[in-house]
Amino acid sequence: MSAIQKAPNRPLSTYLHKRPNTRLVALLALPMTWLVGVYIISLTLLLVTAFWFIDPFTSKVIPGFTLENFVNIFTVPAYFATSMRTLGIAIAVTVVCILFAIPLGIFMAKIARPWVRNLLAVAITLPLWAGYLVKLLAMRLTFTEEGLFNWLMAPFGISGPGFGIPVTILTLAYLWFPYMALPVFTAIRQLPLNLFDASADLGAKGWPTVFRMVLPLITPAIIAGSVFTFSLSLGDYLAARFVGGSTQMIGSIIASNINLNPPVAAAFSMVPIAFVVMYLMVARRTGSLERM
Amino acid sequence: MLRFSRTSRWSLMAIVAVVLIFMYAPLSVLILNAFNERQISAWPIPEWSFKWWAVAFESEPIRAALLNSAIVALGAMTIAMLLGSLVAFALSKYEFFGKGTVNLLVVLPIALPGVVTGVAFSNTYSNFLTPAGFQIGYFGMIVAHATFCIVMVFNNVFARLKRMNPSLQEASMDLGEGLWGTFRLVTFPQFRTAFAAGALLAFALSFDEVVVTIFTAPPGVDTLPLWILKEMARPNQASVVNVVATVVIVLSLIPVYVSQRLSRTENEK
Amino acid sequence: MRRSKLALPALLAASALVLSGCATSSGELTLTVPDVPMKAELGAFEGELNIVNWSGFVDPKWVDPFTAETGCVVNSRVAGTSDEMVTLMRTGEYDIVSASGDAALRLIVGGDVAPLNMDLIPNFSDEIAEGMKGQIYDVVNGKPYGVPIGRGANLLQYNETVTGGAPESWDVVWEADSPYAGKITAYDAPIYIADAAVYLMSTKPELGITNPYALDETQLAAAVELLKQQNTIIGEYWSDPVAQITSFVGGNTVVGTSWEILKKFAAQENLKTTLPKEGSTGWYDTWLVSTTSPNSNCAYAWIDYTSQASVNGAIAMNFGMAPANIAFCATDADTQAHCDQFAAEDEAFWDQVWPWTTPIEECVDGRTDVKCTSFQDWTNAWVTVKG
Repeated sequence: MSAIQKAPNRPLSTYLHKRPNTRLVALLALPMTWLVGVYIISLTLLLVTAFWFIDPFTSKVIPGFTLENFVNIFTVPAYFATSMRTLGIAIAVTVVCILFAIPLGIFMAKIARPWVRNLLAVAITLPLWAGYLVKLLAMRLTFTEEGLFNWLMAPFGISGPGFGIPVTILTLAYLWFPYMALPVFTAIRQLPLNLFDASADLGAKGWPTVFRMVLPLITPAIIAGSVFTFSLSLGDYLAARFVGGSTQMIGSIIASNINLNPPVAAAFSMVPIAFVVMYLMVARRTGSLERM
Repeated sequence: MLRFSRTSRWSLMAIVAVVLIFMYAPLSVLILNAFNERQISAWPIPEWSFKWWAVAFESEPIRAALLNSAIVALGAMTIAMLLGSLVAFALSKYEFFGKGTVNLLVVLPIALPGVVTGVAFSNTYSNFLTPAGFQIGYFGMIVAHATFCIVMVFNNVFARLKRMNPSLQEASMDLGEGLWGTFRLVTFPQFRTAFAAGALLAFALSFDEVVVTIFTAPPGVDTLPLWILKEMARPNQASVVNVVATVVIVLSLIPVYVSQRLSRTENEK
Repeated sequence: MRRSKLALPALLAASALVLSGCATSSGELTLTVPDVPMKAELGAFEGELNIVNWSGFVDPKWVDPFTAETGCVVNSRVAGTSDEMVTLMRTGEYDIVSASGDAALRLIVGGDVAPLNMDLIPNFSDEIAEGMKGQIYDVVNGKPYGVPIGRGANLLQYNETVTGGAPESWDVVWEADSPYAGKITAYDAPIYIADAAVYLMSTKPELGITNPYALDETQLAAAVELLKQQNTIIGEYWSDPVAQITSFVGGNTVVGTSWEILKKFAAQENLKTTLPKEGSTGWYDTWLVSTTSPNSNCAYAWIDYTSQASVNGAIAMNFGMAPANIAFCATDADTQAHCDQFAAEDEAFWDQVWPWTTPIEECVDGRTDVKCTSFQDWTNAWVTVKG
């Protein structure tokens, strides 16, 4: 059947093919209606109060315009420290996840036998189902003073860190690792085998191949994964509550202010938003989103 | 096969082992605690017992919570699969003003603490929809979940599409396939794995969500995480939670197996 | 230690309090509260009741008979913190809440809950524990808003294997030279500032604190100072009961704030609780009814139903607290044992406990020459304590 015969049967196809802008609008119409119409409007109604006042007497929100809530984020040392700490934790979690996900992905996709690969693929997704709160509790039991970690390490004379920032980072990495590992593994597996062979034929050993060829090719997947680990860590505060000792994160400030002092909560909600914007901009700037 | 030296091979294996231990040590603490006789999880386990299994299997609220979680996660996943893929196509194929903003919009729901998203939705529901005579009820929970799940599908599909060779699609179009035919025969098979992975992550994220759910679930409706939260707040049978988590892990082998099958066919091509 | 309580001259307690020699609360303390009408009479049941409650307050064991009797189907939402409770109540989706005092006054002052017509709640009787009647968090300007459910004290829990005996004072959790530095736990909420204030009342009388919920700016600053000092020796803050229990059982914590029920759940011989000489704070839970409740007849029926000794006692035993209706104690040996463990009938014990109350700008100790710090100030302060 020739193209000429077929084309007239698809007026819509032909129409859309000739008009990329219409296609774009058609693609975005539904998602944007959802995100803007449902989510952003709700969010704006809540967050616009960031610029508003609160009547100290009735604790009701009064419309107006003040930047005080934002100024406080930078001038109150505790607020600023909490923001920076949260950012640091989110970055650390992302780095830990990347460092583990790449070797794991390479091993699974290119070294392991098929059955080992399938087994590992199941193994990395399985913890997703254990339940967020249950996993937090499991991490508590692992790192508590008389917990599994110290119990296992006691013969070696090692004692683990008490609850604090390091355990918070580990716990968040534990919670979000599958969200990094899965895209990275998927990406590595889809790299054509002949790519590796070509590289090997040219005399490159394993590791240079990894760095020169694999890494740039899987960057989109790493970025995809890091958006999850970074963003999910920014907003989380239950982990800090369970295993953070006395660690405080942005989420706790927002949660405790959200009904009492909505302007403060709204102002603080801008902090993770700002971090994510910066993160996406950096990802864009490195060109990794466009280059592939 | 990638040619690695023996040393690199072993060091890779060592890293994989560390990852597995890191992932499964806490999980095994959890699973073993399902057989803990005490009310509250502990390590080491002082006394063994099956009694929490009996409690769990007789509990009606657990079954109801499990069902609710599955319904909500399935609904949210389906919506996210559709919306996430659409955005991924738009962003990977077209250059347009405001692209970065669209990307941010998609990520925003998971970057904000759940309490912000949750309260924003519940405000809208109770201040605008209910007075307008529209009872969103159960569906409100699915809407909220779908919103933060979109990014899961989007990111995975987007990363895949970015690496896809556009000339294949053009060739297909040139050969007379329409947009739908090209999508079905050329594009979809290429991003199916990423699509499945994204859907799986979306399902898992929704299934596990606590804070947004607290504020958007209608009165009296518990999802599994809400039920767990409830049990942990009044710990006279907190060990049941471990039984439920263990059962869910075992049950989850089903969706994991399905997504495996989906990707395996592609893998063996 | 003789202490006059927070109670306002309200209900039956009015005359007794004036005689108690408490200078601060003898005057008519009037708070600015939105004028919300009270329900005049009961009508037909609506068939539905939506409750925000603490885990364990709503259970099929006593919900099913209630539904059978009234036709009101009960939907419950468990909240984890007082903040969540307030937020959920403000969505307008819920008819009734089992609020603690730190949430109750917020809801009352915000106009979110309505005054109650006690004539419609005949089961609220003389058998309600004396110390739970007419407290400021549920009776404002002489109008009752809340019906007591039960109470619990914030006790000092200690690991006897490490401490050797019961600490006499809270100083082990406050002072920088505490022998248990790094192994201390504290409650993770702004309302914990009141615990610092209670300690300061006896250690720094010159601050002039007479009520831990009525702190002017200097007094709050002193409390925050103390909390910051504590922050350097704290092991972890807790707000989830399971986390607190595993912390004591797992050896991370040796001393810190606890509830009697948490000690019971921990089920370890060497974990004990004590009420130190400075006294302490406590949570007093009450039922409050939403101003906008479309199911107010079911709500009144529920409050009346749960106020009878058997149901109130069942809730108290299920959660692990002292019941409000002490007639329950005499039911049988089990209930008596429960009441004894939780000091349900021991008013001398509760005299040393300050019930959680939302701090507001009007000083609840009756001072009119200064402005007190509000809960919002406390929340901001709490963030800076944790840094």
